[in-house]
Amino acid sequence: MGSMKEIFNSLLLKELCKGLSVTGRLAFARKTTVFYPEEKTPQSFRFRGLHALRRYAGGEERCIACKLCEAACPAMAISIESGEREDGSRRTTRYDIDLNKCIFCGFCEEACPVDAIVMTRVFESHGESRSDLYYTKSMLLANGDRYEAQIAADRELDSKYR
Amino acid sequence: MMLETLQLLLPGFLMPCVDWAMQLGEDIFGSAWPDIVTVVWTVVKAMLIVAPLLGAVAYATYAERKVIGWIQVRVGPNRVGPWGLLQPVADGVKVLLKEVVIPTHADKAVYLLAPLFSFAPALIAWAVIPFSDFFVLANVNASLLFVMSVTSVGVYGIILAGWAPNSKYAFFGAMRSAAQMISYEVPMGLALVVVLMVSNSLNLGDIVQGQGRGLFAGMGLTFLSWNWLPLLPIFVAYIVSTFAECNRSPFDLTEGESEIIGYHVEYSGMAFAVFQLAEYTAMLMGCTLVSLLFLGGWLSPLSFLPDGIFWLLLKILGVLVLFYWVRATFPRYRYDQVMRLGWKVLIPVCLVWLAVVACWMLSPWNIWK
Repeated sequence: MGSMKEIFNSLLLKELCKGLSVTGRLAFARKTTVFYPEEKTPQSFRFRGLHALRRYAGGEERCIACKLCEAACPAMAISIESGEREDGSRRTTRYDIDLNKCIFCGFCEEACPVDAIVMTRVFESHGESRSDLYYTKSMLLANGDRYEAQIAADRELDSKYR
Repeated sequence: MMLETLQLLLPGFLMPCVDWAMQLGEDIFGSAWPDIVTVVWTVVKAMLIVAPLLGAVAYATYAERKVIGWIQVRVGPNRVGPWGLLQPVADGVKVLLKEVVIPTHADKAVYLLAPLFSFAPALIAWAVIPFSDFFVLANVNASLLFVMSVTSVGVYGIILAGWAPNSKYAFFGAMRSAAQMISYEVPMGLALVVVLMVSNSLNLGDIVQGQGRGLFAGMGLTFLSWNWLPLLPIFVAYIVSTFAECNRSPFDLTEGESEIIGYHVEYSGMAFAVFQLAEYTAMLMGCTLVSLLFLGGWLSPLSFLPDGIFWLLLKILGVLVLFYWVRATFPRYRYDQVMRLGWKVLIPVCLVWLAVVACWMLSPWNIWK
């Protein structure tokens, strides 16, 4: 009896009509599309976008060349060389991030003891060749200078969870 | 024929110009003039069908993306032109600029001919499609048979496309597509046998006219007299076979990106686009046939409304939307399931219903007298 019913149902295309009714209703549902360049989805203050190297308010760079970020990086995208500056402090002579390799996991940011390497909210960066995506120390510092206000505000928002 | 139609279509003050042109032609060409007029008039009529058809094909791709977008709670293409209306133009330009990569060991001539072999039959079939009582390019007696045989020739394009590039993947894809199309021609043919049994004619125009008569048509509800209601199971079986025949979802094995290969794997650029054009032309053909055979063609659904070509276009559009709707709803069949559905379900259903309708017609309750 049950199998007869099954055959009957399949001949009457019962399941197919059910499926069509679901999609038919959805065709008139409110569309959820975000019209990207004009509209943007909200970002978290922990958004992990393009990297930046920060400075202290006085203009001194934060990075102390401890190389913890280099060690934490799972993609081995960071290369650091360090040396002594004229004033005797330990600083990086080279701080490169290869964004071709970077997976934007944020471990470098977490590893940094002085909040020097941070990730900004910028996600619309692009390069037209591989070399465009190789960020050197000066480029990263420039990023930090450009987005410092946003970076500082985001750190402030995050501080109560740290 | 030509003059009467022109009289219908052109504003009255242009008719003297036409008469003058005809007189001039007769003076110059003499007795050959009527033949020249016939040829030119036929070409003009063919253009009148082909040009809007190609436009419709282009916008069928656009409509497909829009409808599927809506069903997936998206908005579909909306960047190129207002509401994305220039999207087909952008697609066309893009595909024209792409390189046609011909595989090294391909049979070059066959490789380039194959897309035409699948496109041309899809176009030729439109020659006998009636759009209204008087607008048909070739009103042949057995137009249904002509459509069936010409669309079958499209299989050659697929076979050649699989054979020419010398690739085993394309070859397998071609074998499968060809087998699928040939298999589904059987239930399709059986469904058509039922239709021509009840309408007693192979002429598409007569089949449409025959649907305008009957019990419900007498009551003013013409749409209940169309073939779809008394032949409902055949109607469903025919639509399913049309899906398979046009290689459309849920039988679009050739387009399964990850799991299977199609006959056009080795094609790129415009050569590939011609296959797509052929598919959409064949799909429009399928929709038109469904509208003509089962949905009463250009007849209006209620008898107090005027008949006309717009009803046919509306019905074609409706069936087309059904194609898109089904594509957006059902998952793709596996190859053996496609074959099983064709041979073990559709053919028996059509055969049984053929017998049922035959008995019905011999019984006193025959409604197709």
